[in-house]
Amino acid sequence: MNALDTDIREGVDRDTVEAVKSLSGTYKHGWNTEIEMEYAPKGLSEDIVRLISAKNDEPEWMLEWRLDAYRRWTKLREPRWAMVQYPEIDFQDQYYYARPASMAEKPKSLDEVDPKLLETYKKLGIPLKEQAILAGVEAPEGADDRKVAVDAVFDSVSVGTTFQKELAKAGVIFCSISEAVREHPDLVRKYLGSVIPASDNYYATLNAAVFSDGSFVYVPKGVRCPMELSTYFRINAENTGQFERTLIIADEGSYVSYLEGCTAPQRDTAQLHAACVELVLMDDAEIKYSTVQNWYPGDEDGKGGIYNFVTKRADCRGKRSKVMWTQVETGSAVTWKYPSCILRGDDSQGEFYSIAIANNMQQADTGTKMVHLGKNTKSRIVSKGISAGRAQNTYRGLVSMHPKAKDSRNYTQCDSLLIGSACGAHTVPYIEVRNNSSRVEHEATTSKVDDDQLFYCRSRGMDEEEAVALVVNGFCKEVLQALPMEFAMEAQQLVAISLEGSVG
Amino acid sequence: MAAPAMKVADDRLATLPDPQGQGWLVDARRDALDRLRAVGLPGRRDEYWRYTDPRPFTAPEPRVDGRPDDDVDLDLGDAFLIEVGPHGIAWDTGAVPEGLEIDTLSRAGEIDIHWARDLYGTLEAAGSRPVSRPLGMLTTAAATDGVLLRAFGVVDRRVHVTYAPQADAVLHHVVRVEADAAVTIVETGNPGARHDTAWECDVADAGALHHVRIQGRTPGCHANTHVFARLGAGSILRSFTLSAGGDLTRNEATIDVTGDDASATIGGAAFGEGAFHHDDTVFVTHGALNGESRQVFKKVLRSGATGVFQGKILVKEGAQKTDGYQISQSLLLDDDAVFLAKPELEIYADDVACSHGSTTGAIDETALFYLRSRGVPHDQAVTLLVLSFLAEAVDEIEDEALRAAVTDLMAEWLRG
Repeated sequence: MNALDTDIREGVDRDTVEAVKSLSGTYKHGWNTEIEMEYAPKGLSEDIVRLISAKNDEPEWMLEWRLDAYRRWTKLREPRWAMVQYPEIDFQDQYYYARPASMAEKPKSLDEVDPKLLETYKKLGIPLKEQAILAGVEAPEGADDRKVAVDAVFDSVSVGTTFQKELAKAGVIFCSISEAVREHPDLVRKYLGSVIPASDNYYATLNAAVFSDGSFVYVPKGVRCPMELSTYFRINAENTGQFERTLIIADEGSYVSYLEGCTAPQRDTAQLHAACVELVLMDDAEIKYSTVQNWYPGDEDGKGGIYNFVTKRADCRGKRSKVMWTQVETGSAVTWKYPSCILRGDDSQGEFYSIAIANNMQQADTGTKMVHLGKNTKSRIVSKGISAGRAQNTYRGLVSMHPKAKDSRNYTQCDSLLIGSACGAHTVPYIEVRNNSSRVEHEATTSKVDDDQLFYCRSRGMDEEEAVALVVNGFCKEVLQALPMEFAMEAQQLVAISLEGSVG
Repeated sequence: MAAPAMKVADDRLATLPDPQGQGWLVDARRDALDRLRAVGLPGRRDEYWRYTDPRPFTAPEPRVDGRPDDDVDLDLGDAFLIEVGPHGIAWDTGAVPEGLEIDTLSRAGEIDIHWARDLYGTLEAAGSRPVSRPLGMLTTAAATDGVLLRAFGVVDRRVHVTYAPQADAVLHHVVRVEADAAVTIVETGNPGARHDTAWECDVADAGALHHVRIQGRTPGCHANTHVFARLGAGSILRSFTLSAGGDLTRNEATIDVTGDDASATIGGAAFGEGAFHHDDTVFVTHGALNGESRQVFKKVLRSGATGVFQGKILVKEGAQKTDGYQISQSLLLDDDAVFLAKPELEIYADDVACSHGSTTGAIDETALFYLRSRGVPHDQAVTLLVLSFLAEAVDEIEDEALRAAVTDLMAEWLRG
């Protein structure tokens, strides 16, 4: 019996095994753009913080805010409670700022942007020209005027933002955060750090000190944002951390749908990504925030990949405000991420829909926090975790009903699916109920891919991988349905790609 | 960091009488003491004490006065009585049921070759991984006494362990159920106004252990209990606790399913008001094939009472076909009641079915309205609904007569 035979299990033929082997390492976005880069010196110090601030032409108050965060950060200890393991990060062995040399002078319009950068985004399916919809998505009937505005962040800087003028007509501000600090200092100063204080946690504090770019959105009173907004993050430079900061303010009665995508080249060394996303919602405002996280996950043996340590929080300050987090987490070597909702306004609503897929040596510790403070607040959590290979996938969440959050409601469902016998799926929910007029329900299940469903698909002529992908897509349906159309297509394909090589 | 914790341990230990016994018992105690000193006693920042303040248990002196005066009137038929008190452990030596061997910790320590020698402290030590249980270690290190029970056949009389309460008690009981043997242990009352009590239960292949515990209603009691159990192939463990009083109760169960086809159920019904703080902390580890476990906990809370549930199912790699189930539910009768839960799953095997559910809310208004519309007075209707809610947990007791007795007692207490 040769080595290959031992890999073949009952019901899996040799072709499948061969196909699986040839498919391993199929990360689509693992290429690298050769481009001249300008780096800040390696390491982290007050000088680097000053340098980043100077590069962005920031006012004094912004620098002080950063320096204060930096000083706090030096006194903090890295959290170790998550069910993830990774070698100690040497924070002095990283670049904290890298920008394409061609961006030294900010281009006045997209036409002036280095074609290599435009090419990079085109290759990722995110062309930086003002076109109706993202490449690769067919417009459904009756949706001819569907538009998506894109802010593209390349390493430490924003390359460009599309449809700015058209958005401005509606009163919507959509620009990079560095631009917002200069152009709209009052708004930034009022809201930055008001949801995630600079001292919030280790990575948020680090981010506050060194964030280089990110997106800023302000939707004024009563405005329904005329198009989807999107930010596309690309880490390209080696040994460079990306620390973006996103701030979205939805004023009274406004609505915005925001999409976020991320990829990185395939490299042998792990890279750090520590982002902060702050959402502020006033009375009757609504934000739909969707993420397809597809950072490079490392190879099958866990070499390389992105360490994704992200703090995301929405503050529903206004009455009847509503926030919806939807995430598809397929990438990253290590994920540490808990998009949360502070339901402060009476009758406010928070929703969290998540698919987290961990394959090979990936580790994901992700979930949400629903903090009910206002009366009659509602939250819903639907989390689907899928583990394959030797991966570890953890759902960690908090539902907290404060004494004043009368008549509130939470429903939580977290399901885990295991593919293969060497992976792990874990659930760590915290439920805290401090009044009796609220109802909290929590359900969790862990199981393997249903044999009957697989057999059915196989008997219809599908190969094993196709069948698993279909069953898994069915398992994730509730979450996939919550995604905007542009992402739903990509996400469905991602679910299949991430699991390639996990069967057999 | 470890220094203050160690000091706490020493202060607490200094108040305890010197460990009794000699030989193997002294070795086991010294080992536990070393382990305890290494980890220290739990503090407020301890994740496993997130929802319950451990200080009443770790303080050198108890924060409650007097001795509990429990009246547990449970109809147990011709149960065999073992009385545990400040002056020792007593039973009718002439009437020990067939298939049962009884001893005490204080006496067994003097006997070089004793069946408890290989057990004492070993299940507790195993239960301290991966999460350390310092108060369990404390019982091994410093128990003044304990009941040692060995069932080597099917014991047809229930064994009733009852307490003559002390002010501050540390006890450590050991149970060994041999292959194909079976025994039912009913434990009533509280050993002390403050007490730290552990049961180490080793159930051999095809053995069965049924444990029913009725914690008394005396207010001002601080109870910390442990069950450390190891289950052999095809064995059964059923442990149920009814709690209806005491200011602070923490019941921990650490179950290790080591043999294939074993089945464990840990259940509890608790109701209280005011200072009542009730914590069920359960950790079930599945390390074998076809294991089954159920955790069923119900709490009814009123006027400032707090309920805590921390349950965990850990399925080790290779423990295929495990069926793990966990449910924690609480009924909050008014706005001051609090329920805090952390139901965890940690799973490293793919062919398993594990689930947990947790619900919290007020009494069902529709059901209440229905009863009221049938002429049932409000208070009676509430009692009836509470009783039916708690009964689902009591149903986990397999012994029908015992289940009925516990239900009757619960009804009486609720009405009283």
